[in-house]
Amino acid sequence: MSSLAETFKDEAMELLQELEESLLALEETPEDQGLIDRVFRALHTLKGSGGLAGFEDVSSFCHEAETVFELVRSGDLKADRELVSLTLAAQDHLKGMVLTEFGADPVDDERTAELVAAFQILLPFAEQQVEKISEQALRQESIQSTYRIRFRPQPNLFRLGVQPQFLLSELAHLGEAIIVAQLDAVPPLDELDPEECWVYWDILLTTAEDKDAIRDVFIFVEDDCGLDIQQIDEGGVLDQPEDYKRLGEILVERGDLPQDELDHFLNQKKLFGEALVEQGHVNRSKVQSALTEQERVQALRRQRQVCDAVDSIRVKSDRLDKLVNLVGEMVTVQARLSQFASNRVDADLLSVAEEVERLTWDLRDQVLTIRMLPISGIFTKFKRLVRDLGAELGKDVMLVTEGGETELDKTVIDSLNDPLVHLIRNCIGHGIELPQVRQALGKPAKGRITLSAKHAGANVALTITDDGAGLDKAQIKAKAVEKGLVGAQAELSDREIYNLIFEPGFSTAQEVSNVSGRGVGMDVVRQAVDSLRGSIEVSSEAGQGTVFAVKLPLTLAIIDGLLIDIASEQYILPLSAVEECVELTQEETIQAHGRNLLNIRDEIVPYVRLRNEFNLPGERPEIEQVVIANLEGFRVGFVVDNVVGEHQTVIKNLGRMYQDADGVSGATILGDGRVALILDLPSLATRVETKENSACR
Amino acid sequence: MNETNAVSSYQYVTFSLSDELFGVEVSRTREILSLTPVTKVPQMPEYLLGVINLRGQVVPVIDMRLKLGLPAGEETEDTCIIVVELQVDGEPMIVGALADAVREVLEIRSDQIEAPPRLGTRLNTEFIQGMGKVNEQFLILLDIDRVFNSDELSLVQDVGQVEEAQAEAGEA
Repeated sequence: MSSLAETFKDEAMELLQELEESLLALEETPEDQGLIDRVFRALHTLKGSGGLAGFEDVSSFCHEAETVFELVRSGDLKADRELVSLTLAAQDHLKGMVLTEFGADPVDDERTAELVAAFQILLPFAEQQVEKISEQALRQESIQSTYRIRFRPQPNLFRLGVQPQFLLSELAHLGEAIIVAQLDAVPPLDELDPEECWVYWDILLTTAEDKDAIRDVFIFVEDDCGLDIQQIDEGGVLDQPEDYKRLGEILVERGDLPQDELDHFLNQKKLFGEALVEQGHVNRSKVQSALTEQERVQALRRQRQVCDAVDSIRVKSDRLDKLVNLVGEMVTVQARLSQFASNRVDADLLSVAEEVERLTWDLRDQVLTIRMLPISGIFTKFKRLVRDLGAELGKDVMLVTEGGETELDKTVIDSLNDPLVHLIRNCIGHGIELPQVRQALGKPAKGRITLSAKHAGANVALTITDDGAGLDKAQIKAKAVEKGLVGAQAELSDREIYNLIFEPGFSTAQEVSNVSGRGVGMDVVRQAVDSLRGSIEVSSEAGQGTVFAVKLPLTLAIIDGLLIDIASEQYILPLSAVEECVELTQEETIQAHGRNLLNIRDEIVPYVRLRNEFNLPGERPEIEQVVIANLEGFRVGFVVDNVVGEHQTVIKNLGRMYQDADGVSGATILGDGRVALILDLPSLATRVETKENSACR
Repeated sequence: MNETNAVSSYQYVTFSLSDELFGVEVSRTREILSLTPVTKVPQMPEYLLGVINLRGQVVPVIDMRLKLGLPAGEETEDTCIIVVELQVDGEPMIVGALADAVREVLEIRSDQIEAPPRLGTRLNTEFIQGMGKVNEQFLILLDIDRVFNSDELSLVQDVGQVEEAQAEAGEA
């Protein structure tokens, strides 16, 4: 496969995603010109690069859709639900067409013809003409200039039958306009003749049209007004960044302030605009207008800078993975160097080691940020999922997303897709009721699923909330008893009942559909979240809805750990779970009468002796340390011999041989080259809990 | 690679375990390490000694004596770790095998190899590729993929649970 085709594939996938996003947004706000333009542009670019890369079929297919959207653009056609659905179908089809070249199943030619026909029905005009216009429109769009316009009508404007607001709104149609009305010429009220127009306007217009087009707007009044049009910013080549005009220069250029007065003021130290106003040389609104202009030009240039600069490059993700591995080893070697240096009395060596440490940490942070992607990428996919599934089940559902800019490690995002799809399917399948049912219950007919992401320390908190029926506690428990997951007599808290849905082999689906309830439901979700070292909780209120809260680590490669030691073996505890460390004396142990409970500020905290748990040899020291960890709301202490300190932990997989190792989530290599295990605190706590429970039985 | 053609020869690394001589194909061995500190992973069967740091990679180490059902041995200065490459469920994996001592690399012709005897080896014949006879001494040629195959891993699990159950019984 040629590299041109490969490049096209990447580009096409991106464009198709953009297309999908825009279409879904367009469905919500069909009038949004910006969105229509985005759809059009995506189709147009796809057509162009498809032709270039030899994907003639893609190119000609895009052409059909593009032609239709040209009509939408010009306002001759409405972007209604049908059109959006049709275009979404076309988007899927296009994806198939592109992937055919890369070994996917070939697309159905009949389907192609069907879609093309569906688009062509929408065309009332001769197609070729439209095509020309669209090329032209696109070309013009790329060059945008900003004009400063001062429109100062004669006072008799109204008598000529001219409505200035129409002129202004016509101007606004040409592009993005900022209009400042100047009122300084308006006489005091008692002298004011309401049939005269004393107001004049400063307009900043960013448009693809040229000066003549702007002048055309004023064609009927041009002789009866002062009209001054100046181009103040040209699209295309980027100027020097410091090239903004100063406020004074703008005012002089406009003729609002003579040059000598400007010079006079420049010698004063005050904020220029304020000084001018204070002394009555120009009035506030004039300064305001000039300031607007300054800001506008600045903003525009900034924007263009962002677009123009090559702001991203494509890198294969396995290269990144290699980079992360290398940085991981670097961190390990650096730890060794630091340890080595601190054992020697050599100030020079120590300072070099410190320098290396600082650099390595910087490097680590930088490399990890490269792998960070905003979660919005997968959020968009869900919009489509919700739309299609809702339609399939006859439910009216909207998806609201919050915090799409939250960034997560690429690996986390990649493995997050399936569990989230599952959760959302469940929300739509089980949670949201049919529109009639919802209305009968006094809820809005349109169901609502909220997907939100936010940072919480070293974690990202994801919540999936629906406003559906909520979980049925009795039903869940009955099912769990039936499946033998719990005893019929078991007294369970609400939390425990809800969490039963994550047990393997549990599924409350009354009817098996391809949407939800294949019996391999939520336990797969929990497994996936566990494998990301995350956690999932569910809470619910009958009739109000269900909330799934997923907590995930920011990155999988390196964590902050707490290095501890027991019987001269060293272990790492994930620092994110650690709350505090307290001491435990022999005396306290004796006083507790064999119960493993601690009293911390009047709160009873159970603890686990890791020495016993791991069957480690040797006597425990006089004073032990207890690391108090917060495990999803439960505080549990872990007794260790000694807390060594914080440790940058590069996570290494233990491999298949130890895939069943309970209580251990991985390993890391310490500065001295030894391997230390990373402990999985939640699973350790659970294991001890089950052991104690079974011992009591 | 391992098909037994008419007459071809294979190279084997030989090592001793409790007075018996074993062989493993050279093509499957990566390197031989002197004994380095092994980090024990708690709650695992006894033959899973733990993990070592092999130039930045975490590699599990297996006590071959215990794995093959031989009595546990003492650590001596000859004790070493043979790093071998395995195929477990079609995936490559690197494992360190703890042996009493490594002897030499031997070339063995296929006509010198006999099928494993059904009786008398004290070993599970499933692990044995064949018996080599070199200089009037028997050499047990191991099928290392079989030694660590996935059935074995699940058997290991059972052992772990039994141990746990025993521990519980003890506590209760």
